[in-house]
Amino acid sequence: MQRKRWMFALLAILPTLAIFAYVRIYPIADTLRLSLHKWDILSKNKPFIGLANFEELTGDPLFREALLNTTIIAFGVLLITIPLALVLAALIYHRTRSRFAGFYETAIFIPHVVSLVPAAMAWKWIFDARLGPLNALLTTFGFAPKAWLFDPVLSVVCIIVLCSWQALGYAVMIYLVGFKSLPISLYEAAKLDGASAPQSFWYLSIPLLKPITLYVSVVTLVSGFNVYAQAFVLASDAQGAPGRQVRVLVLDMLENSFRNYRVGYAASEAVVLLAIVLVLTLIQFRLLREKGVR
Amino acid sequence: MKPLPENAASRGMSMRTKERLVNLMIDVVLTATCLLMILPLVFLVSNAFKTPQEMLAWPPTVIPDDPTVANFKAVLGDTPLLRWIGNSILFSVLSTVCILATSSISGYILGKFRYRAFNVFFAIILATAIVPFEVYMIPLYFQAKALGVLNTTWGLLLGYLVMSFGIFLIRQNVIQSIPDELLEAARIDGAGEFWIFWRIVLPLLRGALGALGVLAFFQAWTAFAWPLIVATTRDSYTIEVGLALFQTGFTVDLGRLSAASALVLIPSITLFVLLRRNFVQGVASTGLKE
Repeated sequence: MQRKRWMFALLAILPTLAIFAYVRIYPIADTLRLSLHKWDILSKNKPFIGLANFEELTGDPLFREALLNTTIIAFGVLLITIPLALVLAALIYHRTRSRFAGFYETAIFIPHVVSLVPAAMAWKWIFDARLGPLNALLTTFGFAPKAWLFDPVLSVVCIIVLCSWQALGYAVMIYLVGFKSLPISLYEAAKLDGASAPQSFWYLSIPLLKPITLYVSVVTLVSGFNVYAQAFVLASDAQGAPGRQVRVLVLDMLENSFRNYRVGYAASEAVVLLAIVLVLTLIQFRLLREKGVR
Repeated sequence: MKPLPENAASRGMSMRTKERLVNLMIDVVLTATCLLMILPLVFLVSNAFKTPQEMLAWPPTVIPDDPTVANFKAVLGDTPLLRWIGNSILFSVLSTVCILATSSISGYILGKFRYRAFNVFFAIILATAIVPFEVYMIPLYFQAKALGVLNTTWGLLLGYLVMSFGIFLIRQNVIQSIPDELLEAARIDGAGEFWIFWRIVLPLLRGALGALGVLAFFQAWTAFAWPLIVATTRDSYTIEVGLALFQTGFTVDLGRLSAASALVLIPSITLFVLLRRNFVQGVASTGLKE
């Protein structure tokens, strides 16, 4: 009987295990392995070169630019999204019983679910130098129109705006779950003690929601570091000139791999990306544990 | 009911008025924010029906003065848009089916069959869950190439067969909502293990599977980097990649881009509004990992 159960469990889990090993574990291990090798797709042998790829990365201006842009985008999105999401979620939670609550949740969440590329297309129009309403708006108020998507600094700002617009709905949704789990009695006690709503938001909600803030921050940062489609659509001009694109990590990685045929080098960039994500996750766990001790 | 003293009554009144005023202000702020959030999409759909002249109008019109379907006709003539949408639907549906199948079976086994060997597997799933797809997609691409599945739905599918979070979610659900006694009772009645999974466990997981299914579908539907490198022939593009490459063309104007985008957006927004409950449940559960 016990034996039969074990056989069933093993047979049932085996296909998933096999698939998982093939499409997750193997390629992850392969990324780590390739990052230590020099492999140009065309050549047959892949000599082991130790950390030479990583050494080259530190001096590669394109990679540095990509890393800088990606970091700015990730933290820019974080700084816009978290405070805004916290306040919006608090307001929506306050109005949970209103008949508009469903509308609020849906409207704020829609940008998160619609396909990336068509949504980015809407923003491409907004930022368009010639046809876009943003420049038209600026002109009406007497400001000079700007080449939003061509200027190297402004185009990064545009990507941050687009990514924040998309990330906001997710953050609000997670915060709402958080608000619903907060102990109501605490708020009633605070109210009896004469605390105003903004006061209990500041002194109760924000500290109590800290684990959620931490979680949403890490998710937002990690997806920020993986930004690609947004940059692809917004910052590639009509001629598709790659020089004009805002260089982000994933773009640089794909270019090294498929345009320059330097797979090993691209893999070392992937390892850097992985290291960033790991560090962020570790920081999250560390901060959470610290809180548990107190 | 005894009337309250004059003073207290008026104070209560003003409190309530104040509260109502605050609520009204909150509603105004929230409504304005929500409108701002969906405005880009509203304009996108409206631009799709505009003539090139009207696209330039300031302020932009929400409802076109002179609606035209010329943009839609042009874009459907220029590109195999419907084919791309078909590719995306096929890919997303197959990916959803695979993720639901692998997650439900292994989630159930990991939740209810506590063998030590499986704990290792579960630990690996958790550890690899944080690794972004972009990190290992290049080796995966060479695996797809070796299998000879580039430019096919199978190649696309290769990256989206399993979902770590899905296995985790189902496992949590199995532990929380399926009592051991129920399974034991079925076993004593002589039910086979497979029958138990199919007839008892799966129906009880319906809610969680619904949420996971919607999540998986939208994940595949909005995939970008993987389809971009795996499906590189015009006929095998997914809609996201097709649109993104189409907009880099020389002669493409915003009217046609908007039309193409609107064609993609309208069904996905409709689907989302219909499945909102499942979706919110699924997304909310991603935040409950801690």
